[in-house]
Amino acid sequence: MLDLLAGPFLDYGFMRRALVGCLALSLGACPLGVLLVLRRMSLVGDAMAHAILPGAAIGFLVAGLSIVAMTIGGVVTGLTVALLAGLVSRLTPLREDASFAAFYLVSLGLGVLLVSVRGSSVDLLHVLFGTVLALDNAALFLIAAIASVTMLTLALIHRALIVECLDPGFLRAVGGHGMLVHMLFLALVVLNLVGGFHALGTLMVVGIMMLPAASARFWSENVAGQMAIASLLGFAACVTGLLFSYHHSLPASPAIILAAGAIYGASVLLGRHGSLLASALRLRHLQH
Amino acid sequence: MRLHDLTLTYRRHPAVHHLSGRFAPGSLTALVGPNGAGKSTLLKAIMGAMRPHSGRLELEGIGRQDIAYLPQIAELDRSFPINVLDLVALGAWRRVGMFGRLAGSHVEQAREAIAAVGLAGFERRVIGTLSGGQLQRALFARMLLQDARLLLLDEPFAAVDARTTRDLLALIARWHGEGRTIVAVLHDLELVRAHFPEALLIAREPVAWGATASALSPANLLAARRMSEAWDEAALPCAQAA
Repeated sequence: MLDLLAGPFLDYGFMRRALVGCLALSLGACPLGVLLVLRRMSLVGDAMAHAILPGAAIGFLVAGLSIVAMTIGGVVTGLTVALLAGLVSRLTPLREDASFAAFYLVSLGLGVLLVSVRGSSVDLLHVLFGTVLALDNAALFLIAAIASVTMLTLALIHRALIVECLDPGFLRAVGGHGMLVHMLFLALVVLNLVGGFHALGTLMVVGIMMLPAASARFWSENVAGQMAIASLLGFAACVTGLLFSYHHSLPASPAIILAAGAIYGASVLLGRHGSLLASALRLRHLQH
Repeated sequence: MRLHDLTLTYRRHPAVHHLSGRFAPGSLTALVGPNGAGKSTLLKAIMGAMRPHSGRLELEGIGRQDIAYLPQIAELDRSFPINVLDLVALGAWRRVGMFGRLAGSHVEQAREAIAAVGLAGFERRVIGTLSGGQLQRALFARMLLQDARLLLLDEPFAAVDARTTRDLLALIARWHGEGRTIVAVLHDLELVRAHFPEALLIAREPVAWGATASALSPANLLAARRMSEAWDEAALPCAQAA
């Protein structure tokens, strides 16, 4: 049993690298996911992940499979789309989710087109689904650095972020810089999606951000608790997914997301707060 | 706080026209008017969340940090996972700031404020489990902690039970006694007549401002209702400015 669980990580360096990368990713991305859920911006994360694609593709066209070029390209287009979508929803009656959807569909089309101009379908798969089992040092350092920056920044602006979401009028009244905090937050989201896309690919990286976050809501009733639980669940999903893909020779990134999905399903059914089981128990409690 | 020919716009439509006057220090004023009369807009302008379209707003020695604002309860995300103690402790923001550490004394003050509004024992309750009245009590506790000189209340008694209204009115009376300046948006005219010495009646334009009994005379109320009915989307440009 132990061999089944620990063996792959002990025997193979690429599994250990994948594990470390996933740990860093869970520590950075999952708390951001919790905030995205609380701010009713779940779909925005999805949109931004797709918005990274054309930038990464341009980086790929210019410099080949270079982490630096693809990262810079991804950050630039991700932030651009976030800004443009925010601008459109502010200046026109179109609602924010709709304007985000419009931008990310365009980005997705543009990105796939760009990659296929010069790359092979293997390259396209690499960008869309990542290479968690082939993380090199540069990618690992990038993911770890992004996780560190994310945790430090979140610690700094935590209070303002929470108040901006709970009671924006109050933050305005006490002179907090709501807009600035919001922009910083969006920048963190883009950074983490870019870091994560090397591991899980642009299509799957949102899963590790949102699924554990949505699950955590069923296990804790305060923001800090939800963040910690989300990171824990995210890491658990990564380990499970990696092992499953190793033993059954399946692609790792979808296995990780499916593991996160299974955890989400279990949380909806069995979680402590607001899950179907918790509601049923409360109903019985009230009836007796 | 003095208003000079103040005109405010909401989403580029004029919301309050040519308002001049003064909230005297220590005054307790009810802001009354039909729906869409610009009451909330006026409060937001006073707290500095929006710039006047024209005219001036003179705070007469009160800084932004001396203003406490109670939003309409509907503006709050009630599903947010935060407990009563944390919500109330936000009132210490001016002393703690965005980055500072919440000291034990602040928590103690928050507990006292919670007890003062009759919510003792609810400290660890998540706000989503509170009734409208209980949540409003918690928000008043936060204002207690803010210890502000100018208090702006936007519909403090909407969706609140009678007993809570009575308790919160007592709190407002206490603040008034302490010499704080208070402006509250209200709908219940009986309540205004009974508890608020001064009233400002607006319907996009100021109708009356002064002692409550005269400001809320039947003639003025009728005028306010007429003005709000006459106002329609087509007549947006400011008539007086033309």
